[in-house]
Amino acid sequence: MAEDRIEPAIELARSGDIKYLCYDALSEKEIQLASLRKLRNSTEGHDKYIEKRLEPILPFCANRGLKLVSNMGSANPLRAAEVIKGLCRKLDVRGLKIASIVGDDVLSIMREIDPVVAETGQPVSAFGERVISANAYIGAEAILTALRQGADIVVGGRIADASLYLGPILHEFGWKADDWDRIARGLIVGHIMECGGQSTGGNFADPGYKDVLDLHRLGFPIAEVFESGETILTKVPGSGGMVTTATVTEQLLYEMGDPANYIEPDVIVDITEATVEQAGKDRVWIRGVKGKPRPLQLKVALGVLDGFIGEGMLFFGGPGAYEKAKLAGEIIMKRLDLIGVKSEELRIDLVGVNAIFQPNYELAVVAPREVGIRVAGRTCDRAEAAKIAYEVNACPTNGPAGMSALSGGLTRDDVREVLAYYHTFIARERVRPTVSVETVN
Amino acid sequence: MATVRLREIAHTRSGDKGDDSNIAVIVYDKKNYDLIRREVTVERVERMYAGVVKGAVERYELPNLGALNFILHNALGGGVTRTLRIDGHGKSMGCYLLDLGIEKG
Repeated sequence: MAEDRIEPAIELARSGDIKYLCYDALSEKEIQLASLRKLRNSTEGHDKYIEKRLEPILPFCANRGLKLVSNMGSANPLRAAEVIKGLCRKLDVRGLKIASIVGDDVLSIMREIDPVVAETGQPVSAFGERVISANAYIGAEAILTALRQGADIVVGGRIADASLYLGPILHEFGWKADDWDRIARGLIVGHIMECGGQSTGGNFADPGYKDVLDLHRLGFPIAEVFESGETILTKVPGSGGMVTTATVTEQLLYEMGDPANYIEPDVIVDITEATVEQAGKDRVWIRGVKGKPRPLQLKVALGVLDGFIGEGMLFFGGPGAYEKAKLAGEIIMKRLDLIGVKSEELRIDLVGVNAIFQPNYELAVVAPREVGIRVAGRTCDRAEAAKIAYEVNACPTNGPAGMSALSGGLTRDDVREVLAYYHTFIARERVRPTVSVETVN
Repeated sequence: MATVRLREIAHTRSGDKGDDSNIAVIVYDKKNYDLIRREVTVERVERMYAGVVKGAVERYELPNLGALNFILHNALGGGVTRTLRIDGHGKSMGCYLLDLGIEKG
């Protein structure tokens, strides 16, 4: 995750019996935001936390030969490599080979190919000038090339999350390029590891039902991969969290579609016969994964400027909080209508009641003593979005009794530009990642 | 006939891919797999998420893992980058399913 904890990597580098450390810092949201940063400033677009993450780790690369693989290059891998080299020099860590991978940026050929956008059914050109980025999800091949050239640190852009882990595995075992079952097993190692703590007890605890210890010092996962591709998932002994068949199964099925056809750039994975078995305390076997030939097309993430969102949130407490919040919602709707705010979509949530979800079943209604009113609207321009936030913030002296702000009278950042993720597909031959390796002297 | 909440016999994990949400339902004990297979149907999931899912609901069976995997198409308000929803990734989606009544026997 782009904004994940910093310390677990240090624990792994110091105490984990590992050869490679992989960082997955991208998501649908992240590559778009990075592209926007690069659009505004060409020296930006790499992950903001490269230095913070790597400063404590580089000494382990120098002293114990730990290798790093990452997509922290984000929208600017070349710049990321420069930042890493600069960090090496600053720490006086010499002799490391830094590899950068480019070629996932396919914006220029989008215009030429003009493929159909999956979400809209229209060609990319229908978005006009609003498309500001296009990045193909590339696989492990370029990582393998970099490692074969002796790279110690590999940094790329929109490399598929799980492929970051597959690259080192391919390098270690030299499996045949069409050994789809093994490649699938290597890919699934990445799928389970890519979300860090989500396989070792994170995003899992449900007190009384699923109890997890020491989540404040959650240990991130370690994969012990065998030549067959079968793997034991574990973590640094003594670290927080736990590795059980339940934690691993949850992560195995995370973001899973059709389990017989999990499509990735390197292989199509079939987990319909996979098994997850406890092999000891905090050690779990993953076996039975099968694979099919890799797809002929690669998915491309498009970044499309898509207007603005204006938002405000305030709270009521005590008896009548629910009725007051509902009333505030009605008032705000009428205000927006009165002053003529143009929004494409408006949403009113009662926080503490139905803001996350309003399930369609009967539940006893208990009058909560604290309810928030949240209003969010999608608009074409920034000024209209700001009006929505303004109207919510103007409510306390013009609305129901006892309305409280978010923090000490100040409101949070309430207008944001939307850079939307859409996706399409192009023939994989049109994407040609290249690797350049440099030694830091 | 005894009824329990799904929470007593299974756990869930939700993920997102664009505007689609997936909910994996995993039994704590594999002896209850056939029970959830019978009780946690596409129709019941469609009904519970009726206000939210704009597309189809699919169900995949994974007896090897004691799990069902549901895909809720177009359930996330356009996806995390565009949505007005607070829970953009839909990480809480599956939690609501845990209130589903399961008839044992």
